[in-house]
Formats: sequence, structure tokens, C-alpha cells
Amino acid sequence: MATATLHANDAHAHGHDHEHEHHEPGFIRKYIFSEDHKTIAKQYLITGIIWAFFGGALSIIFRLQLGFPNMNLDWLKPVLGEWIVEGKLEKEFYLALVTMHGTIMVFFVLTAGLSGTFSNFLIPLQIGARDMASGFLNMLSYWFFFLSSVIMFASLFIETGPASGGWVIYPPLSALPQAMPGSGLGMTMWLTSMTFFIVSQLLGGVNYITTVINLRTRGMSFTKMPLTIWAFFFTAVLGLLSFPVLLSAALLLIFDRSFGTSFYLSEIYIGGEALPNVGGSAILYQHLFWFLGHPEVYIVLLPALGITSEVIATNARKPIFGYRAMIGSMMGITVLAFIVWAHHMFVTGMNPFLGSVFMFLTLIIAVPSAVKAFNYITTLWKGNIIFTPGMLFSIGLVSLFISGGVTGIILGNSALDINLHDTYFVVAHFHLVMGAASFFGLLAGVYHWFPKLFGRMMNNTLGYIHFWLTFAGVYCVFFPMHYIGIAGFPRRYYSFTALANNAQDTFADMNAFISIAAILTFASQAIFAFNFFYSIFKGKKATQNPWNSNTLEWTTPIIVGHGNWEGEIPAVYRWPYDYSKPGSASDFIPQNVPFSATPESNLPEENEEIANEKEIEGLLAVQNDVYNH
Amino acid sequence: MSSIHAAPAVPEKLTWAGGSEPLKASYGKLMMWFFLLSDTFTFSALLVSYGMIRFSQPAWTGAHEKFYFATTHWPIPEKVFEAMPFFHGEAPLVFVGIMTFILIFSSVTMVLAVEAGHRGDRAAVEKWLLWTIIGGFTFLGSQAWEWSHFIAGPHDLVKAAKDALGNPIVGANLTENPYGPPAFADLFFFITGFHGTHVFSGVILIIMVFFNTATGLYDRRGHYEMVEKVGLYWHFVDLVWVFVFTFFYLV
Repeated sequence: MATATLHANDAHAHGHDHEHEHHEPGFIRKYIFSEDHKTIAKQYLITGIIWAFFGGALSIIFRLQLGFPNMNLDWLKPVLGEWIVEGKLEKEFYLALVTMHGTIMVFFVLTAGLSGTFSNFLIPLQIGARDMASGFLNMLSYWFFFLSSVIMFASLFIETGPASGGWVIYPPLSALPQAMPGSGLGMTMWLTSMTFFIVSQLLGGVNYITTVINLRTRGMSFTKMPLTIWAFFFTAVLGLLSFPVLLSAALLLIFDRSFGTSFYLSEIYIGGEALPNVGGSAILYQHLFWFLGHPEVYIVLLPALGITSEVIATNARKPIFGYRAMIGSMMGITVLAFIVWAHHMFVTGMNPFLGSVFMFLTLIIAVPSAVKAFNYITTLWKGNIIFTPGMLFSIGLVSLFISGGVTGIILGNSALDINLHDTYFVVAHFHLVMGAASFFGLLAGVYHWFPKLFGRMMNNTLGYIHFWLTFAGVYCVFFPMHYIGIAGFPRRYYSFTALANNAQDTFADMNAFISIAAILTFASQAIFAFNFFYSIFKGKKATQNPWNSNTLEWTTPIIVGHGNWEGEIPAVYRWPYDYSKPGSASDFIPQNVPFSATPESNLPEENEEIANEKEIEGLLAVQNDVYNH
Repeated sequence: MSSIHAAPAVPEKLTWAGGSEPLKASYGKLMMWFFLLSDTFTFSALLVSYGMIRFSQPAWTGAHEKFYFATTHWPIPEKVFEAMPFFHGEAPLVFVGIMTFILIFSSVTMVLAVEAGHRGDRAAVEKWLLWTIIGGFTFLGSQAWEWSHFIAGPHDLVKAAKDALGNPIVGANLTENPYGPPAFADLFFFITGFHGTHVFSGVILIIMVFFNTATGLYDRRGHYEMVEKVGLYWHFVDLVWVFVFTFFYLV
């Protein structure tokens, strides 16, 4: 850690000493082992997109099994080989598919792909910094993620298959290699991969937090920060405090698996033979896991909400409604995220009193979440809405967040959860509220910041088609799933054909419908992939501020160079949401426009701030000094 | 930090207005603080696991002097850790007390190194870092002795706990131990080992900082902040030991 910081320190000092910067970095330093936050963001984004297609493809394979249990899958043999047995999906492999779909989507796509991309890209650009606090640690963070990706990807191809115990890898299933094929080498690789992933997250998180605290440009106080940055800040705090607990849990599990300890194992009989392990507790693992697992939900969701705040305010041409309430509710969510984990464990035999405490805390989260939903809607209210693809995906997020959130109130009840636990109702709930919603946030971010990422525009028409197919598709997939869950269908089951009451028959059509919808939704992502990669090279050239947005990233050159701004970093005088301000001729006033330049639109208290402008400009020497040591 | 790089003063009302370091700490130092915060959670998770497993198992309820080792109840720590090198007889918790003292004392020498760094006194920084390195290695060496003694188990097999077949358990490992339930040794090895790994990385870091001091890197750079950053880590590792010590040896 210390040497790393040390090197970074040197690199940093040189990087900003422009007089000495004659040479362009070589290809490897520029595009592969780059310390530039923008390149690292693109690396995260493209890795995330590739993973998203893999994760999605896995879900399509198991949806085929669920929707069409009698289908002949021999045509998949060229891809899946031995996993297709007599035209059917191998049972154990079904479990592996579910596990890997969850792991990939939660960690690699919606954690690394979402906050890795946008925290890296937007934090320095929106707070007015030349780069992340430590470019070197930032580079390490990506390459640890890459290493973790390679290991996880390799585990898909081993003979015993990847980890299969569900993405939560509960012991004893995950702890005993003899429990199922996936608990052998596949699980070892899963744990190794996740350990590197956690290291990557910690390196990233430390960097994000420090950058936000220390490298804001002059005038960018916390109450003038865009909500995106607030969201990334809270996300980083959540990750920093919860991922280490998963690290501990994973290390203990590694010891149980490989070195004969009994942290999670106790009194287990396999084939009538007692295992030697005594004294451990499988519930302990669940506590440790969900102490990460629940904050993880918000690690996934908060960046998407932050992106949405920014995109909705910009494209409704209105100030965000309740700026401080938005910060307050995110802060509330961050705190509450740490004290609700046991609502995932209502049916573990936990003390019912404890269950009611966790139920109470869980239901409180509905309050800040509702504040956010109301604020989005009231921001849209009477706005001059411009329906860009990014805006559509943001509004889509609000819709999914509400319809998925409502079922959260149902599931949060410890009594109702007895019935609904581990059914498709839960699957539908979290896919809407955190899966699809965060995914929409990610897409909104890509469409909105694409001009800044690549200096070109994405095609709008393809964007609209992509949005409507995805939006309709997501609801067609997950809305019917609630009914299947209420009917009692448990998740992670290979097949329902053997149910005594022929329940499968009643719901066979619905399952088939869901599968068809899932395939169409997945297929329509190809439109996005084409639009994305085509536009990188052939898209229409972007203007400097295509959305007429207020935040600082749009004051940089169209193709942003190393160090982000040529010349001094602009100072900031106002909040980022001065859209359609009465009195102003323009319907947006960027953050770097001083109040003294806009006397026609200033509010009385803003006129008083004119006196402070000299002082803020006076901080320039201090700010440059921060970069020079 | 103002003593290290003379930045122009920032008016107090502008502390958080951007453009400056609001916590008066460089990014590197902040990163160390936040890393330590996250490491706190790693250790907390382990110690909470210790607490949960320990309290789910029966404790010895009889009289103190009648205590005996058995896999059916948790051992009393001072009956387990009662040996000292070069000393025959019972010295409960004396050796680990000395270890703890050495580690805490190495924190004092680290403070002196940081203080010398503030004065820019290279010779004094080298001296105190060297003492800290010696302290760290002594602690690790003592821990190695403590572990090997723990692994060897009681000399007198009559004292050792019996396995399921009634035979005395010889030596401690991760599946069984002569002192009590398997979880006792599992947790002991894992948590003190995890802490020892932290101490070891700390010593390596201090050696690197010592090297950089000796070659004059920090003199050329104009400040000894790296000594401070590694110092933070070292104090943290000591603080964690206080908790590990309390949990394993005192409670």
C-alpha cells in the first residue's frame, strides 16, 4: 500500500507538471496499463458490457429449461457439450447457470461495470479534478477486477462446472466438495475470484472517497456537488465497509473447504457417515454474507439513482426537486443498509423478536426510497421534457424502482416472508428493483455520457427502439413472475414437472411466456451493442455540451485529454441544477458561471454570494498546491 | 500537514468549499485512514464470528482449580497459555503479556520516528524505525514460539483432552486440539495468524520506509509523510492486537 501510494505520488507530480510533459505515453501505458481515469472507466465499461452479455446468455439457457421443459436442446451441444444429456440440460449445470448468472450480474456487471465505470469517469470530471487521487491504485483496481474476471470466466469451462450453490454460496453446500460437482474446483475458483474482486473494490472505494474529499475544485462545496457524485460517494462508503466482511466470510469458508476447520460446519451426515466437523454454525456465514449482501443491493442501486437524478434534471430542464432531501435520503439509505441484513434470514430459525426488529428497520427504508421516487416525479412535473434515450431509460428506472419497491414492502414483513421466501416472488422483486432498475441506470448513463466518453453521439432512433423493447420486455418477464411466486414456485428448481398437484400445468403457459419475453429482451440488447460499438467509431461527432447541461464535465474539450482541462480548472459558483431559471435568457446556467455574470436571474441570497467570489478564486493557489506535492 | 508543504492559509469558512484539503491531510494519508476503517470491519467480522461460535459452546462451569481439558467445554485461557521459554513451571499469561508489551512499545518507537520525521532529523528517524523493526520481529518471533508451543500441546498426555475414542489428543491442528473443542484452535490459528500476517506486512513496509529514509529519498522529497502513513498502519495493527489479546487471553 505504502509503496503503491509512493509511486502514484511521483507519477502524479510528473503528470501535472506540463512543462516536462513532452512525450505521449506508449500504447501500453495509454490503453492497457493506463492510470488515466477516463481510460480506466472505459475499460470497466467494456468489460462490464461483455460480462452482461455472458450473464444474460446464461439466463436465457435456464429460461429455456423453465419455459419449455420438454424441448430438445441438442442444438446447444456445440456450445454446452457434455452439459446436454440426451437433449436435456444437465440438472447440476442448471444450478451452475443460476449461480453464475447471479454472480456475474450482481458483482461484475452492476458493481464493477456500473460504479466502476461511472465513479471513475464522472468523479474527477464533475468535481473538477485532473484525475483520481491515486492513478496507480486506480489502475491496480481495474487489473484486480480483470484478474478476478479471468478466474471466474475460466471456471465456466472446467469439467466439474462452475460454482453451483447459488450466488450466496451458503455452506454446507459450498463448504463440502462432495456435496455437488460445482462445490469442488468451481467453488475454489469462485472464492479466489471474489477475493481479488474485493481487493479491487477496496482499492477503488478508497480512491473514490479520497478524491471527493480532497480534489474538489475551488467553490465545489459538498452542497454544490451533483447528486451523481453524492451517490458515488455513498456507494464507495458502503463498499468500503461491507466488502471486508465478505472477505472475512470468504477466508473462513476457504479454511473450512481446504484446511479442515469447522467455522461453518457442524454435525453433518453424508450417506450415513458423520463428518468430523463439530461446533460451527452455518447461520454465522449467512450473517456475515448478508452484512455485505444487503449493502451490496444499494452499491448496485445508488449509482443508478445518482445518474438518474442528473439525467432527469437535465432533460426535464428543471432543477432537481428536493436536492437536499435527495442527499438526506441517500444518506438514510446508506445507514439503514447496514442494519437490515437479517431480513434475508427470516426463515433461518432466527428469534422471532429479532425478526420483528429487522422487519421494522427494513420497512423504514421505504421512507427514503419513497422520497426519492416522489422527487423524481415532481422534477418531471411541468418540465420541458426532452425524451433522449438516456432520459427514457431514467424514467424507466423510476418506473421499475416503484413497481419493484412496492413488493419490497410485502417481502419485508417477516410473517409474509414465511410464505414467499425463496419463491419467484422474491426473484421478481429484486430483478425489478435492483436488477433491471440498476441496469436501466447503467444504460441511461451510457447514452447520456457517451458524447463525453467517446466524443461521438449514439444513434437516437436505435436508442428509442432499444428502450421500448427493453422496457416492455422487462415488465413482460418479471411481472408474471410475481404470480408464479405467489403460487408457490420455489426458485433454483430445475423442473416442476414432478409436482404432485400438477401445478406446473396451470402455469406452464406463463413460464413459456416469460421465457419468450426474456429471449426477445435479450435479443434486443444486440441493438444496443451495435449502436454502442458502431458509434464509437462512426457516430456523429459530438458538440461540447450536447444536452445543454450544467455540470463541469461539459466544460472540458470534446476529446478530453490527460489532465481533463487545458489551462486552469474552472471554479464553481453555483449548484448544478440552475435549469430554466426565471429571468435568465438561457435555460441553463453552468456551474462555472459566477453570480456576478447573471444579475438578471439571481435570487436575493445569491446576490449576497457575489461577495465571496473573489475568495473562491483566491483558492486557486491552494488548489494548484494540492496537485504539486 | 501545513508544516510539510507550506500551503497558503484557507479561510475557515472555506474549509469545505473545495480547492483545498478540508481535513488537512494529503490524499495518501486519507487513503490510509479509509483503508484502516475497512480493515477494522475485516477484523470485526472475525472477532464477531469468534464471539458467536464461542458463546454457542458450553463454558466450564465448575471450580477454577478443578478445570480439565476436554472437547466438551471451552478451555480457560490461562490454563492453556501458561508456558514461558527458558522457564519450567506455570506462568499463566506472562509470556503473552511480554509479547503485548513489546508490540505496544514498538508503537512508542514508531511515534518517535514520526516525530523525528517532522523535525527532518534523518538519523533519528533511522534509529527509531530500526527499533520498531526489531520490536516487530521480536513480536513475530514470540508468536512463532507461542504457536509451536500451542501446536505441541501439553507434555503430560494425561492432561490432554480425549478424542471420541477416549485416546488423548496429541498436538493441536485445525481439526482437533488437546485443549478443547476444535473451534478453539481453529479460531486461535486463524485470527492470531491473520493478525500476524498484518504485523508481518507492517514490518516489511517499515523496512521499505527505512530503506527510503536511509537513501535520503524523503530528505530530497522534503517531507517524511510516508513514515507517518506507515505509522498509522502500525498503530492500527497494535490496536487490533489489544482486542485479539482481550478476546483470546482475557475473556
